[in-house]
Amino acid sequence: MSGPALLSIEDVAVELPTARGNLRAVDHVDLALGPGQTLGIVGESGCGKTMLSRAILQLLPKKAKLSGRVIFDGQDLVRLKAEALRKLRARSIAVVFQDPMTSLNPVLTIGTQLIETLQEHLALDVAAARRRGVELLAAVGIPAPEQRLNQYPHQLSGGMRQRVAIAIALSCEPKLLIADEPTTALDVTIQAQILDLLAREQRRRHMAMILITHDLGVVAGRTDEVAVMYAGRVVERAPTRALFKNMQMPYTAALLAAIPKIDAAPHTPLAAIPGRPPDPTRPLKGCSFAPRCRYVSDQCLRGKPALTSAEAEGHSYACFHPLTIAAGVSA
Amino acid sequence: MMHGNATTAARDPLLKVDNLVVEYPIGTRTIHAVSDVSLAISRGETLGLVGESGCGKSTLGRAVLQLRRATSGRVLFDGENLTALQGDALRKMRPRMQLIFQDPIASLNPRRRIGDIVAEPLLIAGYKDAKKRQELVNEVLSAVGLDPAAVVSRLPHEFSGGQCQRICIARALVLNPEFIICDEPVSALDVSIRAQILNLLEEMKQRFGLTLLFIAHDLAVVKAVSDRVAVMYLGRLCEVGPSAQLFDTPAHPYTALLIEAIPVPDPEVRPAERVAVGEPPSPMAPPSGCRFRTRCPRADARCAAEVPELRSVAAGQYVACHHPLI
Amino acid sequence: MATLELQITDDIASSAPQGTRRLGLLFWAATGWLIFILAAAILAPLLPLPSPTDMDMLERRAPISALHWLGTDALGRDELARVVYGARISLTVGLFAPIIGLTIGGALGMLAGYFRGRFESFVVGSMDVLLAFPPLILALAVTAYLGQSILNLTCILGVLGIPAFMRVARASTLTLARREFVIAAQALGATHARILLRELLPNVALPLLAFFLLGVAVTIVVEGALSFLGLGVPPPISSWGSMIGEGRESLEIAPQLAFIPAIAMFLTVLAFNLVGDTLRALTDPRQGAL
Repeated sequence: MSGPALLSIEDVAVELPTARGNLRAVDHVDLALGPGQTLGIVGESGCGKTMLSRAILQLLPKKAKLSGRVIFDGQDLVRLKAEALRKLRARSIAVVFQDPMTSLNPVLTIGTQLIETLQEHLALDVAAARRRGVELLAAVGIPAPEQRLNQYPHQLSGGMRQRVAIAIALSCEPKLLIADEPTTALDVTIQAQILDLLAREQRRRHMAMILITHDLGVVAGRTDEVAVMYAGRVVERAPTRALFKNMQMPYTAALLAAIPKIDAAPHTPLAAIPGRPPDPTRPLKGCSFAPRCRYVSDQCLRGKPALTSAEAEGHSYACFHPLTIAAGVSA
Repeated sequence: MMHGNATTAARDPLLKVDNLVVEYPIGTRTIHAVSDVSLAISRGETLGLVGESGCGKSTLGRAVLQLRRATSGRVLFDGENLTALQGDALRKMRPRMQLIFQDPIASLNPRRRIGDIVAEPLLIAGYKDAKKRQELVNEVLSAVGLDPAAVVSRLPHEFSGGQCQRICIARALVLNPEFIICDEPVSALDVSIRAQILNLLEEMKQRFGLTLLFIAHDLAVVKAVSDRVAVMYLGRLCEVGPSAQLFDTPAHPYTALLIEAIPVPDPEVRPAERVAVGEPPSPMAPPSGCRFRTRCPRADARCAAEVPELRSVAAGQYVACHHPLI
Repeated sequence: MATLELQITDDIASSAPQGTRRLGLLFWAATGWLIFILAAAILAPLLPLPSPTDMDMLERRAPISALHWLGTDALGRDELARVVYGARISLTVGLFAPIIGLTIGGALGMLAGYFRGRFESFVVGSMDVLLAFPPLILALAVTAYLGQSILNLTCILGVLGIPAFMRVARASTLTLARREFVIAAQALGATHARILLRELLPNVALPLLAFFLLGVAVTIVVEGALSFLGLGVPPPISSWGSMIGEGRESLEIAPQLAFIPAIAMFLTVLAFNLVGDTLRALTDPRQGAL
């Protein structure tokens, strides 16, 4: 990544007190993203990816304790005052969530929600905001945008609602878009459309994007860099091509192997990962993936591996026994 | 009807669906959930049923089990006409056909213990001996990979999604059914757990000699477990054929569209540039003729005027299209 | 459609019951009071109390003394004994009337929520009709026609409570009946009766119970109001309400005659409310986390 980072996450940790004990949702994560770049964050439920995105936006639950620094465009967001943060949120950083039904207000029309944001952050009058709203809806591929302004979220399909959510997110020309599982709740043909839309808008606006997903297929063709998270930590991080060609962390390789491939023959037994995802309230002393790892040794149980750099540029992993053979993309 | 036989597999079918129609009113309008679907599943076969949300595949699954009454058409299970059965006669058939759902946690009564939940089918079927019941429960829990002693006296909320799904599978298997409908059994589970459950289902199928109808929206998942696959769109079948063949050489434009849209975990493969156009129409107002025509690049006037019927295009492969790809 | 549950937010949801531990002291105090007053009411004849009906004309409106621990009322009857015996009446009506509502209303609500269709429309419609009757007029009409008695009062208050219980049961059943575990039971060939009793009832019971306790609180107050107006229990039987009514005449000279039964009623109603609310808080997060 050339040039200064737009977003730099330094040693960020998030702790949540819960009934079952202290939960380490995010465990000392370091990431960086340059302007116009796409970072994919891959992980399963409970790995901390959503908490990380909330930490960036400073939208954590009240009881959460955040440590570390989140430097965006030169400013440390953790230290920023509430008012400055609020201004930052729509104008510079925008979010698209998984479920558009809950991220859009069901009792307000699309128009109201879109225009409100425009008026608030761009200080436009109603007429100008309305015109801009129609432009945005058209840009995200919604047919008959003028009519849509007067409709309610439940009158639109899931794909349409997600487009509206994207329109609202893009309305104030943010420098960074965080897309948290934007297509998980959508059908595969709509998913492809939405991901294409995001890529197109990103190129047009030279916008940086963080794409959070559980699907390795989604990040493969659409990101510059991928970070794989497990149990609150980044366990592997590399430029996308390098990651798929040369996986070092056994978890990443196992995750890829466990996905049924469309070109595999029917009834091929799947390479399942044994065991269960880790319990965030009961962190292990050693590597979190150790109970499920094929290559586990005593060293893995004694302490957590630190993120070390591979010989390849920009590729780092957290493992005592990295895979030296290229796991790659096998059928 | 002649075309119903078009999908009949060579061997004697365990399940045969003839011209099934399921429509139900919402206010003043009607939802055409399933429109004239015919298919057949042979004993020991796994038929995959794939389609996007709103295509009616879940409704079809429920209608086959008579959990939702069909508007017309019939379902034959081992020769018996299920649609004509009522009350007790239908209840007697139930142990032979079971269902596994998408949301494993909601499929279990939150206030009952696992042991009771898995024993419930035995109680309903009339197994009086408590010891025998416990034996069968323990056996089936072990078969799905759970330790009976650790599991029987706990409540569902103490388990993860994957474990709950195993319990649901155990419950479905305890009466030794012949036929199981799996309705999106892995969609709500983590990626690393999906493979486990899919492997488990394959193993159970071999071990108990099951016939499966596997409903899902994920093509790769369906292909991995099915012998034959049926593709559904807006209440109608588009294409039916052997798994490998269907995905290698799809005949229906919609099948091709679905295959193209799958994100491939290989950065060298560029995502297809222009994948799909538009959104599926509403099941309340399906397009005339071929329902896919509003999104199909090959549509013409004939597609709007005439409903395409399933016909053979290759060995064992049937497509309902006026302009198939092969 | 993949729905990946954020385990993290689930953990936060399941920490909600911690809130009830904060209510701990209040909750136990409320429970303590209820046990005390119920025990006193049940064991009243065995307690070493003077008779509540013995009138001592020389000791009218007497203040607190060793002989009369709470003094005497306008007719010289021992106030403490009257409060305890009044509790019997208030609690009898207060508990049994909602039980009628709970059983009939709960059953109707579950059946309506489960079977839907015309049966449901009929049940909901009839409940709306019942609710449309001004309750006070209805109570008056019934007592005028059938006479004032504890039984009649309990019955009429019970019937008036049916629509509320029906609503709670129906709402609960509607959400639960569409969950997959009910469909799973149907797929197993369970009869409707079995599904209602073994699958739905254990889940509907807790919200109904919580609502029942709140219903008890309301019924005590309503019975009190009716008796205060002289329309509730017939003299010489007296509940807390009628005691308050009688105490009205002596408000200037001996205000305690009205306040003592009022305080007793207040504490009891508050206790039922607290226990009912706590139970409701306990049941909701459990269902939410699932």
